Amino acid sequence: MAIFLTKDSKVIVQGMTGATGMKHTRLMLGDGTNIVGGVNPRKAGTSVDFDGTDIPVFGSVKEAVEKTGADVTVIFVPEKFTKDAVVEAIDAEIPLAVVITEGIAVHDSAAFWAYAGKKGNKTRIIGPNCPGIITPGQSNVGIIPGDITKPGRIGLVSKSGTLTYQMMYELRDIGFSTAVGIGGDPVIGTTHIDALKAFQADPDTDLIVMIGEIGGDAEERAADFVKAHVTKPVVGYVAGFTAPEGKTMGHAGAIVSGSSGTAQAKKEALEAAGVKVGKTPTETARLARELLG
Amino acid sequence: MDLFEYQARDLFAKHGVPVLAGEVIDTPEAAREVAERLGGRAVVKAQVKTGGRGKAGGVKLAADPDDAVVKAGQILGMDIKGHTVHKVMLAQTADIEKEYYVSFLLDRTNRTFLAMASVEGGMDIEEVAATKPEALARIPVDAIDGVTDEKAREIVAAARFPEEVAGQVADVLKTLWTVFITEDALLVEVNPLVTTADGRVIALDGKVSLDENAGFRQPDHEALEDKAAADPLEAAAKAKNLNYVKLDGEVGIIGNGAGLVMSTLDVVAYAGEQHGGVKPANFLDIGGGASAQVMANGLEIILGDPDVKSVFVNVFGGITACDEVANGIVQALELLKNKGEDVTKPLVVRLDGNNAELGRKILSDANHPLVQRVDTMDGAADKAAELAAAAR
Repeated sequence: MAIFLTKDSKVIVQGMTGATGMKHTRLMLGDGTNIVGGVNPRKAGTSVDFDGTDIPVFGSVKEAVEKTGADVTVIFVPEKFTKDAVVEAIDAEIPLAVVITEGIAVHDSAAFWAYAGKKGNKTRIIGPNCPGIITPGQSNVGIIPGDITKPGRIGLVSKSGTLTYQMMYELRDIGFSTAVGIGGDPVIGTTHIDALKAFQADPDTDLIVMIGEIGGDAEERAADFVKAHVTKPVVGYVAGFTAPEGKTMGHAGAIVSGSSGTAQAKKEALEAAGVKVGKTPTETARLARELLG
Repeated sequence: MDLFEYQARDLFAKHGVPVLAGEVIDTPEAAREVAERLGGRAVVKAQVKTGGRGKAGGVKLAADPDDAVVKAGQILGMDIKGHTVHKVMLAQTADIEKEYYVSFLLDRTNRTFLAMASVEGGMDIEEVAATKPEALARIPVDAIDGVTDEKAREIVAAARFPEEVAGQVADVLKTLWTVFITEDALLVEVNPLVTTADGRVIALDGKVSLDENAGFRQPDHEALEDKAAADPLEAAAKAKNLNYVKLDGEVGIIGNGAGLVMSTLDVVAYAGEQHGGVKPANFLDIGGGASAQVMANGLEIILGDPDVKSVFVNVFGGITACDEVANGIVQALELLKNKGEDVTKPLVVRLDGNNAELGRKILSDANHPLVQRVDTMDGAADKAAELAAAAR
């Protein structure tokens, strides 16, 4: 069953005709993703050939949804246009919008998050600045390599892209129900908690791996949620123990301010909630293996 | 990006937040002329990006222009919590009656903006929040609706500002919100916001932090950067568009992806515990699809750090193929050699993921005397730490 994304998902690509959009549309199609259209108002009515698969280009998300029944959009447009692209997706009431673009101004992500709320949260937003979501063997939306692993019983939620890949690789022989990269920005749509809730309810997921990093208090709140609502085993990893205070470590949200947002505090909160936390990605994978028996 | 007080003051003035006249200088002699312009008496304030400068003696009252020169001379060059004072601001004096606190900031937890206000301003607001939380009003501000007249009144009422200043404080809140929105700020804080004996409400000191991701629509912000204070290696990395942070250890780190690089630092620090306590020397994320040139740029920065004793290149090939990364490393070493750089520090390389076998073969075939391949992250970290410890 997986979470948020299945083989039945019909996907459109906002920014499909740009270089990044073209590259990843081809890769997503190769992984079996059911891509039904692209969006670019200047190229509406045309189509793009991807190795024999002809993908039509629509003038707006609304038009694409009306004509194709799309229920997922993935956004590759440049950072200055991303807010408008997400607002357009929200206006079209598409159920899932995956925002890959990085480097988005916080005022823009705060604005589209507020807008989604005003419109009744009909659109789940994943990202921005995230690698996307993959349900191996069914559908792949974003830039996660489709060939790292296979379908399996582990659910993965992570703030970091490459750590998502690393963890999928470590546990590639077991496989994953769904892996979702939620991004490391200060304001994101789908949170650890949203993913934990969905994995808990997903009959195809036996164990959950959650990867966090310094900054904010999302991991601490996720720990509270695990304690109260998650009965499946959860394994955790937190990056950034050696990060100094006041320095942004790559991701806009990865910053320790004063005593808040430290990796140590997150690890302790997770452990207090019964989550097994690994010291390294490899040890985390080993803990997952032990729990799966 | 955190701004100096004088830069914050300038942004406040630009958007109509009431401030006192003031000018920034970097020599004691310059204080005389500025003090004269300000009417003789002036407050001399150290410009440092840290709190507690008042307690450290970084704020002094000058009675006249001569005294301003003396006071500026005392403060310039002072060390405040590890920050050397290179600039002081001279500001007009005010007859302060009462000190308040107001700010707007991002509330990450609730994914919205937040107004904070207190009638107990002037001191460290984190202390107020900890010891008297009821004295600090926190009011969510919708990112789209912003600070309307109604919202400003709500904030003023929640913080229980006295009736006689309520209207003026509400006006300050609206202009301060304009600063927050127009300048793509992550924080605008006024502490203290004061009332004066002659009935004015003035932002006496301020803190502003700007969102660097908004650079595309904020062309003026680049000029606000404190380039002189940046670490020289960090500045060199920034000039090459590399995401680099200098740390205080001995193992140079290059990796792809912010999360993986952060994790690499941790793994090296753990491994270092077994090798005399060596630590990571830096954070460097070369991002996805790194070319040989980017790898060369990264290696050049890291090898140019005299603290670095060994280098750990940790790459997980996602979309990026490891054979390209391996070629990048080989070509980078060649590029550096051709530039006449004498590379003597050992490199430990771990490649996994997309085309890892091919990448490993390229490194083995190149057989570079300084490059060692270790195929697990933990093993490679241990090797890099061991090499750094041996070279100490």
